[in-house]
Amino acid sequence: MANAKFHPLEYAFWACTLLPFVLAPNYLSLASQIAITALFALSLDLILGYAGIVSLGHAAFFGVGAYAAGLIAKHYWTEPLSGMLVAAAAAGVLGYALSHIVVRFRHLALIMLTLGFGLLLAEAANSASDLTGGADGLQGFHVPGVLGFKFDMFGRTAYAYALAVLFVAFLVARRIIHSPFGLALRGIRENATRMPAIGAPSLAHLRKAYTMAAVMAGAAGAVLTHTTSTVSLEVLSFGRSADVLVMLILGGAGRLYGGLVGAIIYMVARDQFSGVNPQYWYFWIGLLLVAVVLLLPNGILGGLSALRKKPR
Amino acid sequence: MLRTCLALAVALASFTAHAQQPLKIGMVLTLSGQFADAGNQMLNGAKTYMKMHGDTVAGRKIEILTRDTGGVAPDVAKRLSQELIVRDGVDILAGYVLTPNAMAAGDVSAEAKKFMVVMNAATSVVITKSPYMIRTSVTLPQVMETFAHWAATKGGIKQVYTMVTDYGPGIDSEQAFQGAFKAAGGTVVGSVRFPVANPDFSAFVQRAKDVGPQAIFIFIPGGAQPAALGKAFAERGIDLHKTKVLGSGETTAEAALKSMGDNALGIITAWHYDYTSKNPLNVKFVKAYQGVANGRNPDFFSIGGYDGMHAIYEALKKTKGNTDAQALVNAAKGMKWESPRGPMMIDPETRDVVQNVYIRKVEKVNGELMNVPFDTIPMVKDPAGERRKQQK
Amino acid sequence: MLSSLAGVLFDGFAYGMLLFLLSVGLTVTLGMMNFVNLAHCSFAAVGGYCTVSVVNRLGWNFLAALPIAFAVGALVAVLLERTLFRRLYRRSDLDQCLFTIGIAFMSIAAFAWFYSTEPQSARVPSYLVGSFQLMGRNFVVYRLFLMLMGLAITAALVLALERTRFGAQVRAAVDNQRMARGLGIDVDRAFMITFALGGGLAALGGALAIEVIGLESTLPLSVILVYVLIVVAVGGLGSIRGSLVAAIVLGITDTAGKYYFPWLGAFLIYLVMVALLMWRPLGLFGKR
Repeated sequence: MANAKFHPLEYAFWACTLLPFVLAPNYLSLASQIAITALFALSLDLILGYAGIVSLGHAAFFGVGAYAAGLIAKHYWTEPLSGMLVAAAAAGVLGYALSHIVVRFRHLALIMLTLGFGLLLAEAANSASDLTGGADGLQGFHVPGVLGFKFDMFGRTAYAYALAVLFVAFLVARRIIHSPFGLALRGIRENATRMPAIGAPSLAHLRKAYTMAAVMAGAAGAVLTHTTSTVSLEVLSFGRSADVLVMLILGGAGRLYGGLVGAIIYMVARDQFSGVNPQYWYFWIGLLLVAVVLLLPNGILGGLSALRKKPR
Repeated sequence: MLRTCLALAVALASFTAHAQQPLKIGMVLTLSGQFADAGNQMLNGAKTYMKMHGDTVAGRKIEILTRDTGGVAPDVAKRLSQELIVRDGVDILAGYVLTPNAMAAGDVSAEAKKFMVVMNAATSVVITKSPYMIRTSVTLPQVMETFAHWAATKGGIKQVYTMVTDYGPGIDSEQAFQGAFKAAGGTVVGSVRFPVANPDFSAFVQRAKDVGPQAIFIFIPGGAQPAALGKAFAERGIDLHKTKVLGSGETTAEAALKSMGDNALGIITAWHYDYTSKNPLNVKFVKAYQGVANGRNPDFFSIGGYDGMHAIYEALKKTKGNTDAQALVNAAKGMKWESPRGPMMIDPETRDVVQNVYIRKVEKVNGELMNVPFDTIPMVKDPAGERRKQQK
Repeated sequence: MLSSLAGVLFDGFAYGMLLFLLSVGLTVTLGMMNFVNLAHCSFAAVGGYCTVSVVNRLGWNFLAALPIAFAVGALVAVLLERTLFRRLYRRSDLDQCLFTIGIAFMSIAAFAWFYSTEPQSARVPSYLVGSFQLMGRNFVVYRLFLMLMGLAITAALVLALERTRFGAQVRAAVDNQRMARGLGIDVDRAFMITFALGGGLAALGGALAIEVIGLESTLPLSVILVYVLIVVAVGGLGSIRGSLVAAIVLGITDTAGKYYFPWLGAFLIYLVMVALLMWRPLGLFGKR
């Protein structure tokens, strides 16, 4: 696979992710939440960008991962790595179950069904307040640290942990995309009816992709739980599903780095705008989205690559 | 002699050092999303206090930094609180409209040893999250249990039907009200919970009406919903002489009364603050507030912010500008003052708010609908906090 | 029992009409023009705030405010269409989505800036307030008014789009732009007018909704947007009749569910949507 080799820009990108440790030690808490959101956006990219499944309910998996991690820490053990694996698996189970329904639909019906499942799950979590703590959030657990490093006030450990998980997940995603399976997915996205004819069982492929994305989203949720020692209904909310979709489109769907770039730009912009103007920051975020769409079609990465290819 | 001189010089040096550096208060609020209005009102309350009492206390200039969590988001609230401390060097944490956000930030206050003033978040257990925390708003059991007891005894109500929003504070209120109401000899003839996002209340109100209870108890969060619910009551033709409607202060907040009109007449509520109170301190406060908030009137979020700033100012005066969390919380414990809402105190043991609960009825005064208080239960402690104390 | 059923049907039907009024504009723009407009509820909020201003500041009658709300909503829609939205007709759904969410964000900030974050209300005339008795049951006057408005607008829309020359032109322009251009139809103008209609109807819906659901600056991205999307999806893209039926079905199930099985309250509308879409992915009346 020619594409599977790391491009120099990619080395540069990942080297830059280490810069906050040196250049912005006061921004590491933010950086850790950006890394978590980037992982979440990457998981959405797997299904939206590569398999063409537009989801407005992706927070379902993020939330299941987050709650599973919280419940494990509360009732069983507080070691995060194993907790994350179990939580991601739990999200994967839900993803696999739902995938049987979801992959059979396209277009608006697909979007609304994912939205519906997400909302139903959020309502269920609210109702099951004995298990989830309801609107007050899950209480009574604390994750002290990971691999002997304590989660500190500055977010050093939190960022290192989130970044490590993001990087590993990214390598996995990259492998998937460049494998024959990834190629088949893109084929299905372009023409769903033709692929079975050339020997790619499209529904089974889509189910697999959907499940993998759910696992990854669950891992992201678990890392959020571990690094903040809090879980609330917000992890399952429609708002979180919509936000991650916005970030992915902003960065550029179907480009592997799209979700990462989108999460970085959206969250840094939000942090800066809301720091300067806490009451009306969303005006400026809105302006940013509008400007990006007008200037750069198909997201920031899509627009930039189109600009580069354009003959001058 | 030399020693006194030295001590004086040191004290003076530290004093000037303090005086040069502003004292920063980090307010974590909800300024966008569903709870944006609450955050804005709270911020205006704090600003009003500073306008009325100056922005300098114990020789130090006070500076407020505001942050927006955008709604229920404990992870964000925790991060913003951490960042305010490590990035912006704030000395005191304040604000916190919502319970989950306050709970998460409580951990930060405990770990970083920072004084924290909760200006709303009304779930009882919030206060246990940090030993450096005080609360200047209200707790749900404080109002609801008091109200239920009042209703079953003085109010002469024997049966009640409860209607609450199906989320933490709603369920807490339902349980507090039902528990205290039954304990005082009343019976609960039915109950219903509304979904959190519920634009149309007609079916729920119709259901309550068809049960035909002697009284209906309501808990609903502020915003557009109280008005929608109130209208549903009005248009169903529920006769408030036959069926008494009982609610928390949000039910008959200013905007809700405005849109309900005369149909609201007769609704009985229990609450700790209303902007129409004739208390001279309140008249002054409301006037100053309107200047700060573009002519708007304060609500209970505003008074939480106002009294929160008062507690901070008075504690700082006692510590002479020292921002050590233990010193500040010690100074705040047992603090008593006259607030625009009436007398209040910070409980020396639980660090929670102690205040009057007013029983009010919606009446027309000079052509305007108002919550007119007709009974007062003085200096109520948080009953849930008292029970926790006994368990220990 | 029978009278409670009648009451529930009446309330549910009226609630459905309100949902229909709020979403019919999106049925037109999303369904007919294929433009993903997630800022649809911003137009509803424009209509709502316009009504608040006209009624509370100018002191005009609520009924007089309704056509004004429609006109202002349509005007804002035309301005946005001419300056911005038309550039996006050929872009991907995702770009349209991102762009209109950006507009919705900006509109929320603008409403909060001009009208504060306080919930607003507009007084309706006394003859629309209260209820009348029938079969020992109260029926709410305003809800009857909502029903009449909904039916009148449906009739007008169906007539305008299916029985007039202009309607035929719009449908032609939407179905096949190139062919329509070839036939000398001014596609640009047809799109502009369709968009104006969508914005105006949303604004009218927003104005009528204040009395039932209230009005806050966050309306553009509130749960109402979710309900509107549900109505459009369940009804079927581009079908006004479909939206009407979907809205009524959802309104009645939601109201009946809350009355008879309140513990299902929050779930029911989503369950019904999921079931209906699994049964008919294109919506009840969808063709594409």
